[in-house]
Amino acid sequence: MIDRVRCSSSLAPRLSLLGVALTACLFWAGCGGGSGGAGRVTIQNKGSDTMVNLAQAWAEAYRQVAPEVDVEVSGGGSGQGIAALIRGTIDLASCSRDMKPEEIDQAKKNTGKEPREFIVGYDALAIYVHKDNPLEEITFTQLAGIYAEDGQLTKWSELGVKLPGTADDTIVRVSRQSSSGTYEFFREHVLADKDFKLGSRDMNGSKEVVELVASTLTAIGYSGMGYATPAVKMLRVRSQPGQPAVAPSVENALNKSYPVSRSLLLYTLGEPAGPLQEYLSWIRSDAGQRIVEETGYVPLAPADRAP
Amino acid sequence: MSSSSSQRFTATPLSRRKARQEALARWIFCGMAVAMIVPLLLIVGYLFERAWPSLSLSFLLEVPARGMTEGGIWPALVGTIYLVFLSLAVSAPIGILAAVYLNEYAGDHWFNRLINLAVINLAGVPSIVHALFGLGAFVYAARFGYSIVSASLTLAIMTLPVIIASTREALASVPRSFREACWNVGATRWQTIRAVVLPNSISGILTGVILQVSRAAGETAPIMFTGAVFYKVVQKGDFFAYGLHQQCMALSMHLYTLSTQVPGVKESIPFATAVVLLGAVLLVNATAIALRVYLRARKRW
Amino acid sequence: MNSGAMPQEPAEGWAVRRARRGLWALAGERLLEGLIYLCGISAIVFVLGIFFFVFREAFPVLGKENFSLTQFLFSEQWYPTSATNKRYGVLAMIAGTLSVTALAMVLAVPFGLGAAIYISEFCGSRVKETLKIVIELLAAIPSVVWGFVGLTVMSRLIVQYTGAPVGVNILNGGIILALMSVPIIVSIGEDALKAVPDQYREAGIALGATRWQLVWRVLLPAAKTGLLAAVLLGVGRAVGETMAVLMATGHAVHIPHSLLDSVRTLTANIAAELGEAPEGSDHYRVLFLTGVLLFTLTFIVNLTADFIVRGIRKK
Repeated sequence: MIDRVRCSSSLAPRLSLLGVALTACLFWAGCGGGSGGAGRVTIQNKGSDTMVNLAQAWAEAYRQVAPEVDVEVSGGGSGQGIAALIRGTIDLASCSRDMKPEEIDQAKKNTGKEPREFIVGYDALAIYVHKDNPLEEITFTQLAGIYAEDGQLTKWSELGVKLPGTADDTIVRVSRQSSSGTYEFFREHVLADKDFKLGSRDMNGSKEVVELVASTLTAIGYSGMGYATPAVKMLRVRSQPGQPAVAPSVENALNKSYPVSRSLLLYTLGEPAGPLQEYLSWIRSDAGQRIVEETGYVPLAPADRAP
Repeated sequence: MSSSSSQRFTATPLSRRKARQEALARWIFCGMAVAMIVPLLLIVGYLFERAWPSLSLSFLLEVPARGMTEGGIWPALVGTIYLVFLSLAVSAPIGILAAVYLNEYAGDHWFNRLINLAVINLAGVPSIVHALFGLGAFVYAARFGYSIVSASLTLAIMTLPVIIASTREALASVPRSFREACWNVGATRWQTIRAVVLPNSISGILTGVILQVSRAAGETAPIMFTGAVFYKVVQKGDFFAYGLHQQCMALSMHLYTLSTQVPGVKESIPFATAVVLLGAVLLVNATAIALRVYLRARKRW
Repeated sequence: MNSGAMPQEPAEGWAVRRARRGLWALAGERLLEGLIYLCGISAIVFVLGIFFFVFREAFPVLGKENFSLTQFLFSEQWYPTSATNKRYGVLAMIAGTLSVTALAMVLAVPFGLGAAIYISEFCGSRVKETLKIVIELLAAIPSVVWGFVGLTVMSRLIVQYTGAPVGVNILNGGIILALMSVPIIVSIGEDALKAVPDQYREAGIALGATRWQLVWRVLLPAAKTGLLAAVLLGVGRAVGETMAVLMATGHAVHIPHSLLDSVRTLTANIAAELGEAPEGSDHYRVLFLTGVLLFTLTFIVNLTADFIVRGIRKK
């Protein structure tokens, strides 16, 4: 037993040495700032869940344009992007709504710099139903009846719809978690600032909304049109009784005839410079806007693009 | 025992009924135990089957492509490794020393009972509360920002009880006579610990450390708000992809975003990500178990 | 194993060693022991730290006039971002947490205790070892993987077999949580059964009891507090679980009426909204307050379980 104690007593220091070496290795990696060391630039982009896939696609493609720039993309929502910008912890906040005046004040007070806004594309908020749902168009009044707090519409038959192959008539409302940019935009423009009826399924991502609608015959949901799949149908939307019902599409969003379209925004603190400025003008160039279109959003009109 | 005795005597209606009862109880309880194994096998099998088209070595080494709908998981894998080892570097020394204190120094005193209680509660705090703590303490108050440092410190505190508990168990299994022998040749308490207690329990401690790795690798909520990102550009096969002040991707977070936020992902990719995460965690755990079984068999006291 | 009971080191041994080892070594040792002590109390520091930081972020909202604690606890109106009338009531989320946890326990307790009884009383040592390993592996599955299973596999099964319109609901979350909390129930339950002295078993068998009678009449009553602790720890696990319920329960703010309703739990509510709540806003603080609520809830559950377990050990 004494033997055993002896020979293994040297094990502990050796192991701890290994641990120290490992940690040192990690720290070395850390302080080097990742691969390549000093030459690298990091751009932190945070914000809107609607735009997170777009931001990701930009970051991925920008690698080919400027290999020395690392772009970090996180979602979390427009609110969080702005909050982080106000704290000065990120470089770019992506936003699917405008920055509120008090947020701009806060940013000025906190960082001494004025937030600068860049429109980088447009999004049409589509109303989705299951592909077998016979409904083709919907009005703002009906949407408010379904979603708003005082709304009385709970059955598909009240919309004059007979769903094929099911006795279940209750509308399954699919919504987004409160304070996502999409949720706030829908409330402001469709529900005219009335609150949502509680009890809707509040999904955490635009994709989840579309997937739930795709798998649920009785569901209705709203999400960016970039998330459309063959398993769902986008409804034509009529804002006023006299108006025509308009389908969500690139042209209709660009000429503003689709009633629920919005700008996709990027905010910086102060006038961007250096790599950040290059990244932003690349996003607003033809190359960046092509990605906007590929991701399913509406690109800027050619006249508004950066050269 | 009792069932075999019934064969020696003439079976009466009562003994027959008892035997039936016994058999029934055995089957019911056995069924309940099996009901826990079956889901494990079914889940692993099903996930594996669905993931099969995407599983390959290149899936591990490739970076995500085309808006994360194709390609592999390299950046997430590396991120998880960073988070796990950094949190390990923090929680292993603290946890081991804490266990040493609790097992070797602390008497049965109210304050030490309080420490015990704290350890138990630390283990019971919901992971989302750890996330709130990490956000409030490391990201905001300590000004580490959203970074690997914040995320791994949060993970470290969360996994501390795992290390404390298993290290304590390992230390407690060293017989007291070993310590007494050492004291009797004039060693101080620390010398005893260093020369006798730690070397003889190192394997048990190692098991705890391994379990910490598995726990840390699988957690999502604590890193979601402290340092894990949706996407970061990383070169294929680049191991030194992240700096400590940067944020990183992580496997668990990647699985969550793939299944809730990214549209048009090839169907097998989230499944493959789940299989890699599950496989890694189960493998690490199996290592810990194997180590424990092996050592228990070898133990001479 | 507490060293308080151990014999003190012989005095002369001390003196000899001390004379031989220089002052530095002694100082180094003192330093190290100080470090060990610091690490020892770190758990307390961390628990207090967690409470402090979470409470610190939540505290300012308590004084706000548009916020009332009664509304927070007893209203189901959750409108944290309303443009006209912000309301922060988490009653629906409390109901969500309770319903999912209750279902999980209804499923997990019989199966967990049954498995614990099987492992402890009925099977041979080899089967026992295997089962314990499987349970350990089951406990190791990350919660996000469970959530993924709930979202993709379980929801489809539920829609198929129950005809519910939506597969992410209480039933889904309850089953997932049951599977997640079974391992802890089994392992603590088995410990509790193991703690029953063997004389009890021997006496029962000597009286001609079958194993079933032994379990039902002797072991369960004798181990009931320990089994209660096992159940409590299972409840603690289920209440605190985040990712799995976030993905599997459907996330609807309302008080559920049936097993096939979607609900939102306290934990999932924090996870879903924290990212979007601007720092320092009332919404953000209310989410931290929910964290305080959860912390307190699990604290009480764990404390009770611990007292029960400690009581058994003393016996």
